[in-house]
Amino acid sequence: MRHTRQTGERRKALALLEVENLTVSFPTADGVVRAVRGVSFNVDTGQTLGIVGESGSGKTVLTQTLLGLTPGGDVTGKAMFDGTDLLQLSPNQMRQVRGSRIAVIFQDPLTSLHPLYRVGWQIAEMIRAHEKGVTKKQAHERAIEMLGRVGIPHPAQRVNDYPHQFSGGMRQRAMIAMALSLSPKLIIADEPTTALDATVQAQILDLLLNLQRESGTALIMITHDLGVVADIADGVLVMYAGRAAEKGSKRDIFYQPHHPYTKGLLESIPNSSAAADRLRPIPGQPPSLINLPSGCKFHPRCAYVMDRCLIEEPELRQIRDFSHLSACYLPAAAAGVGGAAEQIREESVREGRTGAAVEVAEAIAASPEVQ
Amino acid sequence: MTEESAGPVLTDAALGGDDVLVRVENLVKYFPVRTAGFVRRTVGNVQAVDGVSLAIPRGTTLGLVGETGSGKSTLARCIAGLLPVTSGKVTFDGHDITNLSRRRMQPFRRDIQMIFQDPYGSLNPRRRVGAIIGDPFAIHKTVPSSERKRKVQELMERVGLNPEHYNRYPAEFSGGQRQRIGVARALALRPKLIICDEPVSALDVSIQAQVLNLLSDLQKDFGLTYLFIAHDLEVVRHVSNAVTVMYLGRVAESGSREVVYATPRHPYTAALLSAAPAADPDAAASRQRIILVGDIPSPIDPPSGCRFHPRCPKAQELCSEQDPPLEVKAGDAATHLTACHFPVEAGENLAAAAGRR
Repeated sequence: MRHTRQTGERRKALALLEVENLTVSFPTADGVVRAVRGVSFNVDTGQTLGIVGESGSGKTVLTQTLLGLTPGGDVTGKAMFDGTDLLQLSPNQMRQVRGSRIAVIFQDPLTSLHPLYRVGWQIAEMIRAHEKGVTKKQAHERAIEMLGRVGIPHPAQRVNDYPHQFSGGMRQRAMIAMALSLSPKLIIADEPTTALDATVQAQILDLLLNLQRESGTALIMITHDLGVVADIADGVLVMYAGRAAEKGSKRDIFYQPHHPYTKGLLESIPNSSAAADRLRPIPGQPPSLINLPSGCKFHPRCAYVMDRCLIEEPELRQIRDFSHLSACYLPAAAAGVGGAAEQIREESVREGRTGAAVEVAEAIAASPEVQ
Repeated sequence: MTEESAGPVLTDAALGGDDVLVRVENLVKYFPVRTAGFVRRTVGNVQAVDGVSLAIPRGTTLGLVGETGSGKSTLARCIAGLLPVTSGKVTFDGHDITNLSRRRMQPFRRDIQMIFQDPYGSLNPRRRVGAIIGDPFAIHKTVPSSERKRKVQELMERVGLNPEHYNRYPAEFSGGQRQRIGVARALALRPKLIICDEPVSALDVSIQAQVLNLLSDLQKDFGLTYLFIAHDLEVVRHVSNAVTVMYLGRVAESGSREVVYATPRHPYTAALLSAAPAADPDAAASRQRIILVGDIPSPIDPPSGCRFHPRCPKAQELCSEQDPPLEVKAGDAATHLTACHFPVEAGENLAAAAGRR
């Protein structure tokens, strides 16, 4: 996350994963679905990148594309992982990478485990598929060891269970065991705790953090839950309509949000300090990826819409320091949730909203969601 | 029902005082587990709800919290009369509605409505939105068909849908809009109680806030009473006046929102609160998380004594032997009930205790 192109800063070292200007679109009968539109980010070894966004923001397509799991999509851009461009790999080469060097943990562990094979067999099978010369017995032993490492009690017995004999939390642990069994350099976790209860979620996040600390693996955490990000991420990428709206360190995003979408997301979470007050939701709905609005894709929902937002799409630019970037025309000083930042925002809106944006702003103010 | 689950004697204050719309006393719901084959012997019971008492004062919201398998949805369905009750009593607006016949339940159905979690699954995809929202009018014959369209459009407008979309199908709406359709349908008969079963869990945060605001406006305008089920503790804190925490079919703790969130007495409540992710990096970093061991046990064969004892950082021998009654603990408000032998004291560090185990 640290040294990105937009800043013009010279790179000091190559990050483990450098994604540059990634674009993914899917031709469908209804039109072209533009799922990801020019996203760049880096992940360093031992770091956790949180990718946040609502349904349809492209966060899952983004990471699945890195793994070659979006057949039928038109992909452009670059994704340098450890010196090779993932997007140029053949399906066969990709299969070598997937699982062993980049592992994935999906949201629903029940559908990611095969119901008819024993859990241990599934882990052993993966070890044997990637490491030639490992005997069945050795692989089985390693499966037991991995299950023990992720905190499954009595691993030597449970290794022979079927997935349905595991609880939701244990299945997710088994998935993590599988993901870690080949010591990958990068783990992509796509909403790994969304289906779990709060106490089990806490167990799993705790486990992921500890394992990451031990092994130095890089982690990409995709989630819609800002609480999870606040808990475990180092850097955060906020996505909206297939693009990065804002990126920065965890503290940048949570305490100095610049993009009105980030600010809106943070404000719409119910929190203890204002328990009885009304929530402040973002008005409207996310746009259709087939029929995107003009200019900034967030403008039809943005309280700070200005004339130029309707015409041009803002690029990511530096806000406070070179690691904090936001794709919004508001002045860089308008970062944060306090009154001073709000004043700057309102001032620039007064200047920037004279023409067509007035009408848009009125429509937003009149929408049923903000009343 | 076993001897020890006979339930505590609750004071009137604990049960919500005088103007109570819904009162549940010692409700038990078991689902028999039968063997397969011709002679289906009952070999056990899923003790989904086992002796729950609660009360919801008129015009307020009771938040019901608990993990998967804690019995909160089963309890809701029993209150709504969608499931027969094994034993216990449900009183609604002064009437005993426990296990009423279909015909005698009919007038109460109007007063008790539900909003479901899944806005995709709870609407028939082949029917138009106008027809879906108008169904309650047709079933209960409260509005003549000539006026139905106007009434439905009024409702649509009230919940923030465009009345011109009367003839559209559910598939043409987004998740948040679909949940609004569900709300409009629940509202059609001007109910007294709406049971919201995880109404915003499937929605994105920004949309979730829209629906929560709508629910709170409607409560003010129509004097609605809500039973609000959710696993998101921040959402429950936002909407509820009182909170009941369930664990494995029993009430672990209940009380006013302020008290339960500020000074949880049951170790399970404390663990649940500490586990909820907060969208604040500093708070997340400084927080002492109580990591519970294991998962929620099977309700077919619940642990002896206190049902939480196998996972509890404070468990002692007594906990596995004796079921703790739900009662007011020393120094607590009269409405704050806890079912625990060794309640959490102020300033106690449960996270350290959990770490030692």
